[in-house]
Amino acid sequence: MKKFTSFKNYINYSVIGLITVVCVILSLSGVLKASTAILLEEIAIKIMLAVSLSLVVGFLGELSLGHAGFMCVGAYLGGKVAAILAAPLGNGILTLVAALAVGGICAGVCGFLIGLPALRLKGDYLAITTLAFGEIVRTIFLNTSEESFGGPIGLATPRFNKEWFYVICFVMVLITLFVIQNLIRSKHGRAIKAIRDNEIAARATGINVTRYKLIGFILSAVFAGLAGVLYSYTKFNVSSQIFDYNYSIEILVIVVLGGMGNINGSIVSAVFVTFLNRELANILTGNLAVLKDIIYAVILIAIVIYRNAPALKGFREKYNIKQLFSKKKAAQESSEEAVKEEN
Amino acid sequence: MEFLTTFVNGLSLGGIYAMIALGYTMVYGIAKMLNFAHGDIIMVGGYTILLFLFVNPIVAIIAAMVFCMILGIVVEKVAYKPLRGASPLAVLITAIGVSYLLQSLAQMIFGSAPKYIVIADLGILKIGSLSIGYNTIITLVCSILVMVALSLFVKFSKTGRAMVAVSEDKGAAQLMGINVNRIIMITFAIGSALAALASVFFLLKAPTMTPTFGSLPGIKAFTAAVIGGIGSIPGAMIGGILLGVIECFAQAVPAISPYTDAIEFSILIILLLVKPSGLLGKVRREKV
Repeated sequence: MKKFTSFKNYINYSVIGLITVVCVILSLSGVLKASTAILLEEIAIKIMLAVSLSLVVGFLGELSLGHAGFMCVGAYLGGKVAAILAAPLGNGILTLVAALAVGGICAGVCGFLIGLPALRLKGDYLAITTLAFGEIVRTIFLNTSEESFGGPIGLATPRFNKEWFYVICFVMVLITLFVIQNLIRSKHGRAIKAIRDNEIAARATGINVTRYKLIGFILSAVFAGLAGVLYSYTKFNVSSQIFDYNYSIEILVIVVLGGMGNINGSIVSAVFVTFLNRELANILTGNLAVLKDIIYAVILIAIVIYRNAPALKGFREKYNIKQLFSKKKAAQESSEEAVKEEN
Repeated sequence: MEFLTTFVNGLSLGGIYAMIALGYTMVYGIAKMLNFAHGDIIMVGGYTILLFLFVNPIVAIIAAMVFCMILGIVVEKVAYKPLRGASPLAVLITAIGVSYLLQSLAQMIFGSAPKYIVIADLGILKIGSLSIGYNTIITLVCSILVMVALSLFVKFSKTGRAMVAVSEDKGAAQLMGINVNRIIMITFAIGSALAALASVFFLLKAPTMTPTFGSLPGIKAFTAAVIGGIGSIPGAMIGGILLGVIECFAQAVPAISPYTDAIEFSILIILLLVKPSGLLGKVRREKV
């Protein structure tokens, strides 16, 4: 049984690693199209965003509506560093690492700043504060001068024009998963979950609520910032219009669809939603294009009501998929044991 | 004179914000939830006016208010009522889902291009060097009337007093024979009607409507409600007017006008850090 759980802990690393290797082989043999490589980049960035938001929403239990703001900070500052360093250092790995470092750290600082109100505010108030933060960041970058961050035209960034950039993106996904999953499985992760379940009880048992809330917000912001840097590398131009409130909501939808507090779920839904977005964008054109948003919205409402409505509690317990499986397994095991005993 | 013009414009804009903020604050006080879709009710109101404008502007305004009332009640019954008693996070996410749904539906029906909705061309009042649009004056007068009427309604009518009772203690109110579900329904209806009225004044100010129109005024009105202390009706009025005046003055100064939104939201964050309960809000101690 122990072996099974340890395998389960590493299943997402191995699956993502395997996918990356398969894609590399495909691209080396020339089967992988350039458009697919771009889709893979998008998927990797979405996974990073979803997993990092999941840390705050799913595990810390605070609603953050400003995740695109952190990404915006990362994209602009990382992109700027890349643009400056691209000339003397060349547009290579060294520049990328520097850009990632700057973008991640700056986003982390913003995460710290937004974590401070989080210590005093809760629920709705915090949600609106993070939303306000996202809008402030966007407005500031929108009104910068052309020489500094491009202002309304957007920041010109050096597109990392290599077909294997998605490999770097997937490596970053693995790093994100490594850090966040290990954090959650550690003592600190249990403390974070305890704060989500009952803050007062957590405080009473001696958990340093201040510290863990800040850790949650900072880490989440750092990875959103890193995703932003990668995003700026996949584009020629970063425009602050993209990082609006709706983008934050889109990431939130991914996290909720995947199941709150379930990292593998977030990954699967990030892949699914990004892929579906691409496919639906090809099928639905004109005014029908929003049909996809309507479907997402309806699914979001339905899932939240189904998972949380007090009136549906009995129904949920009766038809729980997980429980059905475990019951079957238990029944099977007991019957097998009975057979063994008979023999 | 320019100062006075800006001030009057600010008061009028503040009146609109206050009207929307009243919807937020009443729903928050009674249902203990942040109705994220409230801003989008403004947008729905605007498009309803567009549909009925061919009849008569007055008919269109009444139709918009009635339609938004019904929409508010339906949204409450379908999306929020099943979650009563669930975690606040779940309710908030559902509200975001409703907001997303309304925006997408509007985009599908009316397209994402802005629609021009001219209710009436009112002209400009000139007194000496002072020039103020008649729409500004109408907005100001109407918003003051609405606020006075609402205050009187809450204070003296039976339903209004029941609303106060429910916001103070739901369980005790129920024991006193108040139908809590009915009160929540009425609250949503009044809030949504005010949002529809707000859309009328927005359209008088600038006659364009887009599917995402409601989100920014919605967030700003929520900011106003929080500044005034959420759950408090006079607080929402003061917060709204304060925010409107700040916005107009920030826009009047060229150096800081691009950062108007950032300034308003910074005020929100700073105020929440210094005084989380807002200017007139009650402090609630959390008990185990």
